[in-house]
Amino acid sequence: MATTTLAPRTAVYGRSRVYEWLTTTDHKKIGVLYITTAFGFFILGGIMALLIRTQLAVPGLDFVDAATYNQLFTMHGTTMIFFFVMPMTTGLANYIVPLQIGAADMAFPRINALSYWMVPLSGLLLYSGYAFGGAANAGWTGYAPLSGVSGGRLFEGVGIDLWIAGLVLVGTSSILGAINFIATIFKMRAPGLTLMRMPLFVWNTLVTSVLLLFAVPVLTAGFVMLFIDRHYGGGFFDPALGGNPVLWQHVFWFFGHPEVYILILPAFGIVTEILPVFSRKPLFGYKAFVFATASIGALGFSVWAHHMFTTGAVFLPFFSFFTFLIAVPTGIKFFNWLGTMWGGQLRFSTPLLFALGFISLFLIGGLDGAFLAVVPFDFHVQDTYWVVSHLHYVLVAGSVFGIFAALYYWFPKITGRMLHEGLGKVHWLGMFVGTNLAFFPQHLLGLDGMPRRIVHYADNPGWGPLNFLSTVGAFTIAASILPFLWNVVISLRKAPDAGDDPWDGNTLEWATTSPPPAYNFDSLPPVRSERPLFDLKHGAVAAHAVAIPAAAGETHEETRADAPEEMLGEPIEGHEAGQIAAEAQPGVSEAAPDATPHDARPKADDEPTPRRRKSDK
Amino acid sequence: MIASAEVVTVPNAQVDPHGEAGHAETGINTALLGMLLFIGSELMFFAGLFAAYFNSRAAAPQWPPEGVDFINAAPLPLIVTGILVTSSFTMQWAVWRIRKGDRAGMNRAIVVTLVLGIVFLFLQVYDYNELVTEHGFGINSGIYGTLFYTLTGFHGAHVFGGVVGMSVVLLRGLSGQFSARHHVAVEAVSAYWHFVDVVWIGLFTTIYLLK
Repeated sequence: MATTTLAPRTAVYGRSRVYEWLTTTDHKKIGVLYITTAFGFFILGGIMALLIRTQLAVPGLDFVDAATYNQLFTMHGTTMIFFFVMPMTTGLANYIVPLQIGAADMAFPRINALSYWMVPLSGLLLYSGYAFGGAANAGWTGYAPLSGVSGGRLFEGVGIDLWIAGLVLVGTSSILGAINFIATIFKMRAPGLTLMRMPLFVWNTLVTSVLLLFAVPVLTAGFVMLFIDRHYGGGFFDPALGGNPVLWQHVFWFFGHPEVYILILPAFGIVTEILPVFSRKPLFGYKAFVFATASIGALGFSVWAHHMFTTGAVFLPFFSFFTFLIAVPTGIKFFNWLGTMWGGQLRFSTPLLFALGFISLFLIGGLDGAFLAVVPFDFHVQDTYWVVSHLHYVLVAGSVFGIFAALYYWFPKITGRMLHEGLGKVHWLGMFVGTNLAFFPQHLLGLDGMPRRIVHYADNPGWGPLNFLSTVGAFTIAASILPFLWNVVISLRKAPDAGDDPWDGNTLEWATTSPPPAYNFDSLPPVRSERPLFDLKHGAVAAHAVAIPAAAGETHEETRADAPEEMLGEPIEGHEAGQIAAEAQPGVSEAAPDATPHDARPKADDEPTPRRRKSDK
Repeated sequence: MIASAEVVTVPNAQVDPHGEAGHAETGINTALLGMLLFIGSELMFFAGLFAAYFNSRAAAPQWPPEGVDFINAAPLPLIVTGILVTSSFTMQWAVWRIRKGDRAGMNRAIVVTLVLGIVFLFLQVYDYNELVTEHGFGINSGIYGTLFYTLTGFHGAHVFGGVVGMSVVLLRGLSGQFSARHHVAVEAVSAYWHFVDVVWIGLFTTIYLLK
């Protein structure tokens, strides 16, 4: 028979694996490249953190000299923010967003590859400072005049120039990535996947991308000005030429505060994906969550000057008020998370543990931030370890916990293999204990007035032990990464064991194989809610009961009699279709007006209902 | 795990592995959307520079500072403004021609726009040369000089970017790659060129009119 069989899974033409990975435009491969590159920078930035904490372990230690120390805290901050958290969340979004919206790839696959390859290149630029007389040393905020020119003297060599070049390049990568995500999310969604049915991770990626698109160019403008000041005799930040150093702070924080949400919103999205799956309930308050995310994004542009209260150059009541205002949508999210777990059947797998760690510790970091919005308190703790503690509680306990939750959650999808639960729990415990040990004492040091970014500190009463505790905590975090790495190694060496849908997920990425084929989906399930896969697995009973024709036979009568009881017994608020079903009491025979042929398909067998699936895990 | 009987097969066109088509064939073209988003980010870049201008101006005791009375709207800045605004119209003319399928007309309009853009750049270089040699006014002549050259210089760089984009469009137009239905590159370059024009109008107003 002359039939042509199309077998897309076999490679059509052969290429070496190295060539394939170097030239790929597949969003999944680019996602993996992003994730692994970012993790490399995480290790690098982590080693710098350990060197910093070793220097600060006891008062008066001379483990590194002051010049090295300045480079260490600058490069640690820059690396962790621009080269770990941002590429990591971009990588996760790269892998997951097209899958969650049922697309075959990103909107601009080649620009996607370009965005990725700019990251290692700019990292190379940044770190090459070490080869040319010392890396950047003005702090990750690069305040003028430390980073610029003062009294005709150029501060500290070529390191800062390479820092500027690296960050402009990585910023351009972020802008291109943001354009790509926005176009993908607006143009490539599967049929039926309306905006208000998008998974929350996609929503958070969308808002993050909008923030990136409008915030990063302002930083680029700032870097351009800084470079002109440094090399062409410009006067932007030089009072001697009529400029103003505080202008740098305005420009930097106009980027820098949205940046904070750029770092944390993806983690919000991750946690919001994980909680419903591991609580066996739909998300509590989907719409409130969407609006909270959008309003955090909008408010993020109106609070930059709360980093500048002590400059005397900003209108304090305005920025204080708006900073407090941001606590409202964030609080809404907390209640949504708690409401999602409330009454759910929690499965304490590693992803949920990291999500719970995120919720509990990010709360501390968030409250620290609300303290800082109080102007008199901010005056007291400006540039002290209180600020260090606050930013690490939101970035380590927030972003990093979210990232690890995502890695445990999606590792089976990416590799087809489950991570070991025991090792995962050891990792989680180490992270949880270490994070609190490292950063909680810094609250007390900050209240006591210990300044940040100093290589030596006075042997004031209590400072030594608190700093030592903090150092022990940092090493605990570092040690907890080892079981994670070991976990990844042994998991990659075993046979695939994850299956398509190991967590009994709700969203489309679990509807394809693990790992997905190059084209992602053979076919897509219909999308009628924000949980299309849940509907596919349990839909006939749970979501679309009313659509089953009354005359379809006895089995269906049974199902129909069953369904409302299931409904009433279950908290399915927020689930549109579920509400329709719940409102339709037994005996209501009118077919739903929106019933489609697909909804009306006969119920195949006694498919277990959501609450009945206890045996699953 | 998932019963295949319950899966609705999506037509092949909707799982295009090259991502060209996507799912939604309605609404704005994806590439044009990408260009508009890029223009949004460019807008924020210039917003940063403009913010620096107004921040410095607000802090200065006198604006413009003493001794820059040679920075005037007439005659050269007015002329280049006229040139750039005209070029926006000729660019739009190119778009209207190709929307009607008139390739030759589009090429002619692009050539006119391209020439206007290049003339703008030459006049800017001439202006810079005058300022530096005649008046000794450079980027290092205090905050005013820094702002002047940074703002106009980055705008000029964007004009140059537009000229490069138009050259590509012209070459593609000459080889007949555009039609009434397929000409997204023309639309995108046109949007970018209008943006560059609008930024210049803002710059002209800020530097030469709001004294």
